[in-house]
Amino acid sequence: MIAATGPHIDVEALSPLLALTGGGLIVLLIGLLRPRVVREVLVPLLSLVALGAALGLSIWQWDTDTEIIAGALRVDTLALALTGLVIVSAMVTVLLSWRAVAPREAAHGEYYAMLLVSAAGMSVLVQAQNLVSLFIGFELLSIPLYVLCATEMRRASSLEAGLKYLIIGSVGSATLLYGLALIYGATGSTDFATIGESLNAAGGPVRDPLFLTGLALAVVGLAFKASVAPFHQWTPDAYEGAPTPVTAFMATATKVAAFGVLIRFFDVALINAQPDWAPALAALATITIVVGNVGAIGQTSLKRLLAWSSVAQAGYIMAGIVVGTQHGIEATAFYLAAYLVMNMAAFAVIVARARETGLGDAIQSVEGIGATKPLLAWPMTIAMLGLAGIPGTAGFVGKFFLIDAAVDGDYAWLGIVIVLGSAVSLVYYLKVIAAMWMRPQPRSVPALAGGALDEPPADAPVGPRAAGWEVTAVAVVCGLATIVLGIVPGPVFDLAGDAASAMSHLF
Amino acid sequence: MPLSILIWLPAAIGLVAALLPRSIGPRLAALGTLGALGIAIGLIADYDPSSGLQHVTDETWIADLGIHYKLGLDGLNLFLVALTTLGFAAAAVAANFRTWERSRLFYFHLLLGETAVLGAFLAQDLALFVAFFDLMLIPFYFLAGQWGEGENRVAAVTKLVVYTFVGSLLMLAAAIATGVMSATDGQEVSFALSDLRERTLGEGTQQWLFLLFAAAFLVKMPAFPLHGWMPDGYRAMPIEVLAVFSGVLSKVGAYGFLRIVLPTFPDASAHFQELMLILAVVSILYGSAMAFTTTNARLVVGYSSVAQLGFITLGIFALNDQGAQGALLQMINHGLVVIPLFLIIGLLARRAGSEDLRDMGGIAFRAPVLATLFLIVALATLAMPGSSNFVGEFLILLGVFESKMAIAFVASIGIALAAVYGLRLFIRAMHNRKGAAVESREIALSDAVVLVPLVAVILFFAVYPQLALSRGEDSVVSTIAPAVEVTR
Repeated sequence: MIAATGPHIDVEALSPLLALTGGGLIVLLIGLLRPRVVREVLVPLLSLVALGAALGLSIWQWDTDTEIIAGALRVDTLALALTGLVIVSAMVTVLLSWRAVAPREAAHGEYYAMLLVSAAGMSVLVQAQNLVSLFIGFELLSIPLYVLCATEMRRASSLEAGLKYLIIGSVGSATLLYGLALIYGATGSTDFATIGESLNAAGGPVRDPLFLTGLALAVVGLAFKASVAPFHQWTPDAYEGAPTPVTAFMATATKVAAFGVLIRFFDVALINAQPDWAPALAALATITIVVGNVGAIGQTSLKRLLAWSSVAQAGYIMAGIVVGTQHGIEATAFYLAAYLVMNMAAFAVIVARARETGLGDAIQSVEGIGATKPLLAWPMTIAMLGLAGIPGTAGFVGKFFLIDAAVDGDYAWLGIVIVLGSAVSLVYYLKVIAAMWMRPQPRSVPALAGGALDEPPADAPVGPRAAGWEVTAVAVVCGLATIVLGIVPGPVFDLAGDAASAMSHLF
Repeated sequence: MPLSILIWLPAAIGLVAALLPRSIGPRLAALGTLGALGIAIGLIADYDPSSGLQHVTDETWIADLGIHYKLGLDGLNLFLVALTTLGFAAAAVAANFRTWERSRLFYFHLLLGETAVLGAFLAQDLALFVAFFDLMLIPFYFLAGQWGEGENRVAAVTKLVVYTFVGSLLMLAAAIATGVMSATDGQEVSFALSDLRERTLGEGTQQWLFLLFAAAFLVKMPAFPLHGWMPDGYRAMPIEVLAVFSGVLSKVGAYGFLRIVLPTFPDASAHFQELMLILAVVSILYGSAMAFTTTNARLVVGYSSVAQLGFITLGIFALNDQGAQGALLQMINHGLVVIPLFLIIGLLARRAGSEDLRDMGGIAFRAPVLATLFLIVALATLAMPGSSNFVGEFLILLGVFESKMAIAFVASIGIALAAVYGLRLFIRAMHNRKGAAVESREIALSDAVVLVPLVAVILFFAVYPQLALSRGEDSVVSTIAPAVEVTR
């Protein structure tokens, strides 16, 4: 008789992923229970527990370096570090969603379950080392996000955002899939390492049109997700329309995942073709920096402003991938962490002020809060200064690191593009700071005064209410983290270094 | 260690003052700046001219990037540090006699600014210098934007910040490039200025790096044609803040040339010597011309600073000992006169109801003490023989005369022009027919408390400029030595 031995399952290495998906299922089921306290308190709490477990398991796995599921995924320090960032972002999102409108309208169980599944997709994506698992992760993260964008179902712009994101995201997925197919056709393998070897065997620059076309299409597909210009057009609309906690999640976690896979894809599979793609990526980075920064000037919606800023930031982060060195990956990983805390501080303040003023995310909602709400004004100020790259914040160290990596990889001009972009970015970041500190608080809140200001109340389904202590806490903690990372970056640097050491084949 | 205390004391006090009750916070902040001044005076007394860099602190800050927290004091920054503490102490004390909305926050920003400026002067690591250099603008953004003057102050100060940040961020890129590119095979990347000095870069590399650094420093000074932010920016600031901004922050730019550019990029400094000298001369002539045509009193001083910093640049790029020594002395002198000058303009504006020279006049009638103080400062500004400014400008011109004679001739016109705008400012404000709304009042005790010591320091330096010259000499000679070597 043939002994029925199934394939070996490495449960330990899979455990963070299992925690996320399992948590998603449990939350979905619990959400069906009737009592209100279960839905409104227990469900978010269980989501936090699931995320916490996944985070703990990732930390427990820290030193592993192993392939799972027949070489489809790789669990190494880089994957775990990026998974950790995604989970932190999801945890913050849960906190910001707790008393938000979106989960109430979309049913709590579904909302949080989709959040967890999307995080699981991101985790798959950053572990992918196979074209197929890459695509599966990509879709697993995207599909729940399309839905999450549309969860404020009574608000037209939320539905619009979901639809827009769905359509453009599908085009991106299709492009990516086609590109992956062509790469498979050209190299005969879906495995990143084997693709890398076959490129190496060819020797010299790659001139195979099939491969180059596939590469170009795959880059376009991934660029959609990372909102790299000129594939960023969906970003401002989707960010503005989506419920703010979801926007925060998209802006941070999606970016982590997208750059995670870019690192795997370019620095593992395609590293031998680096001279071919590096100039193209550098050009994309430049366009992204210019487009993002120019687009952000003149925005009066804070979410749109941050959307454009996130486009620009994607351009900066690209520099770490362009150079194709361990140093570059380290810089990318560090910047992603810095970017996460800075953005989360900002989004938490937007959530808080939208609840307190009923003005939505209009810049008027933060006017004059320097005098009245220091616990919100300072985190926002720090976040804006950090995103602009002012010394004393994580943004400065992160940018320093990226420029360092760029110069080190003979892309000094890209470093100069980054700093010029940052100089332009001050125009709009300072605008937010000026609104908080240098403008008087509007005397009456328009939602109460019957819409004295332009039109925002139409977009705000609920009138002014308390921000919630958890939102303020997120803002304060993330603001403090921005400062701490800017002054004592050492520990996170070491983590980023560990993460980058997973790519030991690089310089 | 004493340097770290000196740097962080103001910020720490500022933070504590921000948390204390409104009645105590501002007083404590002023005491903090006086404490920093005390430490600085102690450092001067303790200074040993013969032993190079002193009180060195060298800790690894970010190991992966090779960035050190390295501080040190030598003849180059000794008196600039003292000037900084003096300027901020004067501003904080003067500000204490006025009431400010949300006053604790005002002093927090002011003292944070002091920390950043002191850090920039004391940093001996290029990355640390850049960090402090970029940081120092932010508190001033808040100070001008929240407590400034005029309807358009936010736009003006945003322009100021963006303008100067283009320069500073270019410098950031250049600084990183300097550190990374100067580390040849097997060397660890280092940003320590002493290491960078040893590791010379290729001439082509030096040239583009030089231009990026020069952009940052020239914007900061400001020098023609990069002064576009100055008129609006100066008008937007509260006068006490403007006094330190113009008196102290502008020096960081000039100091950067001496501390960083000349030793690190000697070939490029020699290469661009003429360009820099010509820019300096144009700044002198343009600044002087604007200073005697504009009627806003603070802009008269603002444009005169453009001219004065032109002189300082001139001295630095004479690339010889006299020029550089004169430049260093002149940096101190200019700070010493500009700080009281702006404070006096604040007093005049309160008496005339406007800062426009056409509205002033006749203020001296019942205010002989104020007039005397103003006269001393004005005469020092125009480099009257006997003043320390005269010594500084003389040394600068002597240096330039030796290296580029033609430029020295053109630049000396600037001295004559200084007399014209300096005396015009004084006469228009203090004498002439009494302005319509002018109320001639003697200086109040509270204002005198600030101004008299400042004027006393000017007088002291007029008698004894040697104090700064002798302590600075060795450091100046050594910092310009690489560039001098190239020009020979």
